[in-house]
Amino acid sequence: MTDTPVLSVRNLVVEIPTRHGLLRPVDDVSYDIEAGEILGVVGESGAGKSMTGNAVIGLLDPPARITSGEILLSGQPIHNLGRSALRRLRGKKMGMIFQDPLTSLNPLLTVGEQLSETIREHLDVSHDQARKRAVAALEEVGIPAASARINSYPHEFSGGMRQRVVIALALCAEPDLVIADEPTTALDVSVQAQIMALLKRLCRERGVAVMLVTHDMGVIAEAADRVAVMYAGRLAELGGVREVLTNARHPYTDGLMASTPLASAGLKRLRQIPGAMPRLGALPTGCAFHPRCEYAQDRCRKDPGPTIDSCDGRAACWFPLATDRKEEAQA
Amino acid sequence: MLAYIIRRVFQSALVLLVVGLVAFSMFSFVGDPIDNMLGQERTQADVERLRQTLGLDQPFVVQYWRFLEQAAQGNFGQSYRQGRPVAEIFLERLPATLELAFVSGLMALIGGISLGIFTAIRRRGTAANLIMTASLIGVSLPTFLIGILLIYLFSVELGWLPSFGRGEVTRVGGWTTGFLTTSGIKALILPSITLGLYQMTLIMRLVRTEMLEVLRMDYIRFARARGIREKSVNFHHALKNTLVPVITITGLQLGSIIAFAIITETVFQWPGVGLLFINAVQFVDIPVMAAYLMMISVMFVGINLIVDMLYFAIDPRLRVDRTAGGH
Repeated sequence: MTDTPVLSVRNLVVEIPTRHGLLRPVDDVSYDIEAGEILGVVGESGAGKSMTGNAVIGLLDPPARITSGEILLSGQPIHNLGRSALRRLRGKKMGMIFQDPLTSLNPLLTVGEQLSETIREHLDVSHDQARKRAVAALEEVGIPAASARINSYPHEFSGGMRQRVVIALALCAEPDLVIADEPTTALDVSVQAQIMALLKRLCRERGVAVMLVTHDMGVIAEAADRVAVMYAGRLAELGGVREVLTNARHPYTDGLMASTPLASAGLKRLRQIPGAMPRLGALPTGCAFHPRCEYAQDRCRKDPGPTIDSCDGRAACWFPLATDRKEEAQA
Repeated sequence: MLAYIIRRVFQSALVLLVVGLVAFSMFSFVGDPIDNMLGQERTQADVERLRQTLGLDQPFVVQYWRFLEQAAQGNFGQSYRQGRPVAEIFLERLPATLELAFVSGLMALIGGISLGIFTAIRRRGTAANLIMTASLIGVSLPTFLIGILLIYLFSVELGWLPSFGRGEVTRVGGWTTGFLTTSGIKALILPSITLGLYQMTLIMRLVRTEMLEVLRMDYIRFARARGIREKSVNFHHALKNTLVPVITITGLQLGSIIAFAIITETVFQWPGVGLLFINAVQFVDIPVMAAYLMMISVMFVGINLIVDMLYFAIDPRLRVDRTAGGH
């Protein structure tokens, strides 16, 4: 792929000034997403996954703000755009899907009103055309009898159907990038698979770049092409989903995988990562993961935190795990 | 929905029955009316005769029923003090109170909602902070003090506006209105501000709190994430959701505007039902007091009923049949 990536995040830093000093919920994060590609962003709560997504779409809650780095959308910088310029891009060039479909739809407006308003905001179409497009958008996400359902209110849909409506809303002005922030976390397992299949299909058919923020390794394994693992605001590992999941190089990724229950692994006791992620105000010196890392050495405690670029290009770790470890075990 | 309304109407009737009981029992608790009606020179036979003609020898329930029957027909008996039918006096006084309540209610609604939205959207701005501080004064100063201060400033010192009365009124059918003359309108200004200021600040603070709450909701974030313009986010997406809880409180507040008019009417000697009630209390004019009590309760119950129906108009979640509810 030689085209410019749809989204290119370069050394992004988000800071929150507090009374106790600056916090960095996102620290020196870089990644690209190509058209038609799904990048999974995983990590524990507070690792900076959602904050990265919010920074990209320009919805950071003050006082959080981008203090350095670049965000390029199809090669154009958007991190320094003014409020109204950014607003015009939202919905039109990039859409966002939220976690809870029960609360992300306005309860007092019909689904059609919410769709039409978004469509007319970004595309120069008449009222009737917007309505037709709204019906088409609902049909595309698999809502039966869309032309009748368009006059329904959100509470008249089930949870899974509501998330379909949310996806239709995020995609109705045909954006190039979609940020899906835990899109299936609030749904039943059976519905989760349907929603992920839908997202995948729309991504492939339309060539949309998707940033899939989740803490669910199963969702990543099923849907993502590449995966970015975040820990304490930094990227721990970035690579193709198959390589990262089967052959983690960062001990944190390895720990995450080992603590994910897999049906194929039988009823073995799950391994845990000891301890908890440090609070942003109290990051340890050196590699932020070293207090919990079983392989930690002196260098991990003393040298400033490793980055992916300063290490092997995939894991931000001075002593990445051997590549062929798992393959040997499986063979 | 129909079943819901019927149930609410039924509940309302029950409330009115209880209030009616309280109003009715005032007559027996405040002493034997026969004593008031017959002088010192009376025989036992006179007393018995009067008791019989007035129906006071009947059992309590029968008397209560007759009171309700009469009240439903608008007959609250004769005023002890003025010797005229209570209903007639009320009809004469009601336009003054209703016009005052209408103007101050309108002022409280328009001012309260728009200031509430403003202070919520610009919650970090200087103007919003100033308004919030000023609103504390509105909430904490008692009505009579505001009235007296206004009279001192605008009537005594500046001499711009009258300090008492309704000014010149015009008769339109059975209704007397102050809207048609300059002096009538000028006379309305100070009492309306006095009566409406507290309600306005209350509505404003309520709208602000609700609006801030709504602006934090996911669907507002989602609307922003879709690039909906700020104006529509604030006035279309957020305001509608803000209004649902605001309507309840506001509805009840409008009811209390009429009830609280007593103080304002006293301060400004406004010839409405509030002043009538205060005078009735001084003279223990029980029929007038009972009628006032009934009138206020009918009003509150009525407003409550209207508020409940407004919910249906605004919130589609209430419109579905209970059996087919979403969750």
